[in-house]
This record gives sequence, C-alpha cells and structure tokens, in this order.
Amino acid sequence: MSRKAAGPEIERLIQILARLPGLGSRSARKAALSLIKRRNDLLLPLTEALNVAAERIVTCDLCGNIDTISPCTICEDERRDRSMIVVVEDVGDLWALERAGVVNARYHVLGGQLSPLDGIGPDQLNIPRLIERARPPEVVEVLLALNATVEGQSTAHYLREQLAPSGVKVSVLQQGVPVGGELDYLDEGTLAAAIKARRSL
Amino acid sequence: MEWVDEGIVLSARPHGETAAIAEVFTRAHGRHLGLVHGGRSRKLRPVLQIGNHVEVGWKGRMPEDLGSMTVELRRGFAAEAMARASDLAALTSVSTLAHLLPEHDPHPGLYEISLFVLSFLEEAEVWPALMVRWELALLDELGFGLDLSTCAATGTSENLIYVSPKSGRAVSAAAGEPYSDRLLHLPAFLIGKTNGPVTPTDVTAGFKLTGHFLKTRVLDPRDQIMPDARQRMVALVCASG
Repeated sequence: MSRKAAGPEIERLIQILARLPGLGSRSARKAALSLIKRRNDLLLPLTEALNVAAERIVTCDLCGNIDTISPCTICEDERRDRSMIVVVEDVGDLWALERAGVVNARYHVLGGQLSPLDGIGPDQLNIPRLIERARPPEVVEVLLALNATVEGQSTAHYLREQLAPSGVKVSVLQQGVPVGGELDYLDEGTLAAAIKARRSL
Repeated sequence: MEWVDEGIVLSARPHGETAAIAEVFTRAHGRHLGLVHGGRSRKLRPVLQIGNHVEVGWKGRMPEDLGSMTVELRRGFAAEAMARASDLAALTSVSTLAHLLPEHDPHPGLYEISLFVLSFLEEAEVWPALMVRWELALLDELGFGLDLSTCAATGTSENLIYVSPKSGRAVSAAAGEPYSDRLLHLPAFLIGKTNGPVTPTDVTAGFKLTGHFLKTRVLDPRDQIMPDARQRMVALVCASG
C-alpha cells in the first residue's frame, strides 16, 4: 500500500506538474517542494503569472501565433518585412526561428501537418487563412519552413499547389549538413539530400 | 522470444518523451508493432520515417506483446522521395494501404513488390504502372484477387479489354460490348499484352480498376474510406499524364 506524504492539495500540485514535458513524478515532487519552500519569491509570482496567462493568452486571428493581443505582436510589428510570410507547423517552430533571429518577416502557424494515418487533412489545418493572406502585391514570397519529414514535406507540396494560383513565390528550406555536423555521423537520408543540393564554390 | 528481420516503416508515433511506437511491414513477420527506445532521438528520427527500408530486431515475452524493437536503416526511401509531390504521395500511399494487412501475418510476396515499387520512386515514368500492380497484389493478398486470365463469359484468353465490377473477372471485347458502359477498362499492361510503353491512360484505367475493388471489397466492408494519400497520388499521376 502506498502511503501519502502530503495532503491532497500538494499531491494534486505534484500530479499536475508531473504532466509537464520533461518532468516525471520524482522531478515534479522536487519542483513542488521548491515552489512550496520559496512561497514568496517563486510560488506566488508563478501563480499570478499563470493566472494572467490563462486569462489573457489568445490565438492571433491573422497568423495563428499565441500572444496576449490579436493581431499578435509580430503581425503588428511595422519593422518586419511584409512581403514575406514564413509558414511553420507550430508555435514552437516560430519561437525557434525568432530565437535564431535569421528572418525578419511575418509568420503563419498551420497548427499541425498533413498526416493521413492520424486523420489530419487540410481541413484540420489553418490553410484557408494562409491562402487569403498570401496575395500579391503585398506578399511576394511564402517560405515553407516545415519539418524535413514525410508529413512535413507532404504538407509543403500540398501548400505549394494551393498557393500556385496566387502567383506568389513559394520557397522551402534547404536540406543538408547541419552546422557542426560531421559527415561520418550523418544519416544516409541527410547525406543524400546534401549531395542533391550541392552548390558550386 | 526474439527475431531479426527486415521491413518497411509504416508509421512511428511518439511514446513518452523519448520513445516511439513503430509499425513495420516485415518480410517474415508481417505488419508488426514495437516500442523503439530512443525512437524520438536525433539519431533514430530519420530512420523511422515512413517508407524507409530498415533492419528490424524485435524482442518480447509473448508474440502478441508490443515488445521492444530496434531499427537500423538499410535505405532511406523517404529522403529520396521528398523532392517530388507525386513520389511522396506514392510512398505514403503504400504505407497507408499496407495497414489494411492483418497484423503478424507474413506476406513476403507483397513485401518484395513493395520494396521494388519504392526503389523506382525516382523514376516517374515507371512507378505508376508498378503501383497499379502493387495494388493488384495487395487485393490478392487480402483474398480479393482479380482473375484477369480468361473471359468470364466465353472462357477465351484473347482480346480481354474489360473487367466485371461485380465478379472481378476479365471480359473479352466481344462479350463485353453490350455492357461496355458498366464494365471497367482492363489496361493491356496488366495482362502482359502491350508492346510499347505503358501510357498515362492505361495507368489511369489501372488505378480506376484497383480503386474500385479496394473500395467495394476492402474499405466499404470495414467502414473505411479511400486514404487521402492514395487519392492524392492518383490525382497527381493523372494530372501529370
């Protein structure tokens, strides 16, 4: 018989924390204990931050990003290149590109990728809004920054066909050797893609 | 028990934060699931792409257990197909339709044909006709093989140009003439009676033929619809023809 070391409120906190990615039950117990011990400088500010987030976070009507305003901060940013839309699968991908700081355009979050096995078709994705947005002369290029997986590339091909009538330029990310990658450790698929996409120096 | 085999990856779903549940169409053990530890790692994610040819090791207490699976890449068909929409649709179509096979039931013949089709995906003029043959083989393995050797009405093996949508048997030009609007067209390449290259019209007729029997004999009774991937593949092939 398992014995409980804490009351139901604390157990519930641990159970919820354990559902977060990266945390198992043991890590959740540590996190809960840390929060409880640091009530004033961690637990209460976290509670407040979570409450505010739960109340104010919305999905951007334009691009599907998450923010506390709609249109989101990125869509409203006048300094961004409005002639380009970067299409990503998920908000996590948008954040990754923003962290890298390599593109200064607006985004469009699909909310998933085509997956026949999971029954995810075009109707389940944020595609109609993209077709509406990607119209010349304001938009000149749509960059499909999607995963180099079968589902990601199937989605990219589908979007290319859907965007073709609009006349915008459609581009995709290059595939090949990652920075710092050693050929010896690369999988055959990546090597094949890198060879196919070779360029003259 | 444990075994080592080769197979084609049909799907890989995340399990927890690091593992994946892979489904592989193996040569000797049929369609088989297994838990791949580290299946979501950077090393194994490229290996577990749909359509890849892999070396498979499986270990479990009972044959019906999920068991643990190890995979090693033999040939990355997925990466080879990614550049062209139709190739990718064909690869996905093979993987999706192979799910119709019963689990743990070996189909070595179909497995060989599957590998053959996947190895020709970069040759756009070749694989559509192979894909029609693959679908015919799939129907055969599922117990709904078509009899295209002789005419259902007269028994002749000459001038077979139709297939009965009900019996799945070939019909000669003469016997089928009065019902030609209700019969399916039998492309000559399916009975080995063509001299020139397979035409796009033949391929389209072939997909219509196999599509009809996949729908009426396999999918409808299971209350399933034609997979999107297959519809997309046919649409792309017909559009390019």
